[in-house]
Amino acid sequence: MLRPLEPIGQGARIVLGISFFILFVLGWGFATFGGYVSRTFLADPLTMVADGWALLADHGFLFDIGVTIWRVVGGFVLAAIVAVPLGILMGAYKPIEAFFEPFVSFARYLPASAFIPLLILWAGIGEVQKLLVIFIGSVFQIILMVAVSVGSTRRDLVEAAYTLGARDTGIVRRVMIPANAPEIAEILRLVLGWAWTYVIVAELIGSSSGIGHMIIDSQALLATGQIIFGIIVIGLIGLVSDFLFKAANRWLFPWRLA
Amino acid sequence: MTKLVIDNVSRIFPGVRGGAPVTALTPTNLSVAANDFITILGPSGCGKSTLLRIVAGLDRPSAGEVRLDGRRITGPGADRGMVFQSYTLFPWLTVAQNIAFGLREKGRREAETRDIVASYIDKVGLRGFENHWPKQLSGGMQQRTAIARALANDPEILLLDEPFGALDNQTRSLMQELLLGIWERERKTVLFVTHDIEEAIFLASRVIVMSARPGRIKADLAVDLPHPRDYKMKTSPEFSALKARLTEEIRVEAVLAATEH
Repeated sequence: MLRPLEPIGQGARIVLGISFFILFVLGWGFATFGGYVSRTFLADPLTMVADGWALLADHGFLFDIGVTIWRVVGGFVLAAIVAVPLGILMGAYKPIEAFFEPFVSFARYLPASAFIPLLILWAGIGEVQKLLVIFIGSVFQIILMVAVSVGSTRRDLVEAAYTLGARDTGIVRRVMIPANAPEIAEILRLVLGWAWTYVIVAELIGSSSGIGHMIIDSQALLATGQIIFGIIVIGLIGLVSDFLFKAANRWLFPWRLA
Repeated sequence: MTKLVIDNVSRIFPGVRGGAPVTALTPTNLSVAANDFITILGPSGCGKSTLLRIVAGLDRPSAGEVRLDGRRITGPGADRGMVFQSYTLFPWLTVAQNIAFGLREKGRREAETRDIVASYIDKVGLRGFENHWPKQLSGGMQQRTAIARALANDPEILLLDEPFGALDNQTRSLMQELLLGIWERERKTVLFVTHDIEEAIFLASRVIVMSARPGRIKADLAVDLPHPRDYKMKTSPEFSALKARLTEEIRVEAVLAATEH
């Protein structure tokens, strides 16, 4: 039956994947409808759906979702614009790596959420502060991962390019970047996922809109159904963005799948 | 006319973790005439690849120098095309784009590049595969593309480092004929490293035998078999005589290498 690395059919894969979701909701329903958990602390699935519908229909929750997406994407794009070129330079040129790498490695462990009080002092509680949280949370991760990826470019490809007359900038532009482009896209996909956790934390403090703000408001009202709905929305958006990223990668880098 | 001069070139690798330095190549001299096909034959570890990499400019000699057309080699360049043993096609480029890589780097006009690429696609028999990715090709086809990529750049000398080493016997034999056919028509200067005795004789107008520990040139043998050559030649008495002689030379080396450790 279960043998290591034995492949599985497409249909069976989908059925198995969905069945765990169903099992999860059943377990949740059993705990809440069965009265094993107090309604005050955990809403049942139906209440969650009703609360969610009310949020969308009466409380303009779609606007909050839009605001949160804009913050994540905005901060993330800013981080990528800075981090990807710097990471490529660090991967390609060892003195540049030696200059930045120790600091970036240190900065990577600074928790982005710990900067929130400081960022509020500096930038207020407006959009700039939210974008900065995402930026700080993403930029160092992307720099390091891109640098490692570019630094491990296959040496024989670089040598082949040299014997074909490529100069140093040509090596970076025509070998190192295209060779690692799929890996860089994969890094961005991964870090975008992390950026979602930072945005919610940023919105829990000093915010008047966004999914995180809704969640902290709901806590005051003990509206656990709304909180769970908010969390599920975040999960769904993550799933969709992941899917879009993967589709874009397949389209951009057909040579990988050939 | 002399094309390439290897002048007292040696290579010593520094010791690893305080170990003794390793002499990969003792001072070596070799001069290569224009349009000659030279094979460098030797057991693994005899420094033949090191020598080729120094000519390519990918490695630096510890002493001595290499001159191509009288100019000293200081680094890699488009005048010395190279084909590697490992598959080094750029996986994100199609066959045609791979062959065009050097031409684009030189800034050739688009139309001119297209013509040159098409002619080399024909010469290595890859018509119909222009738009394939390297991953979709067999090992033999990948190496044919690599040869076309190196030749399309019109180098002064073509360097090949055991290019057919990873191929099966039948494919290898076909590739030898293909390469020799191109050389018979275009008469490039070629330096071909191999550890296969038959391959070394079949392709060469001159075989250089190297010995290991430390790497040095042991014998220099002219191959006077007529051109054009084909696979049948490998069973001729002249070929067999050369093969017997080279087998003897190499065997001594292999035995020495095997007993040393």
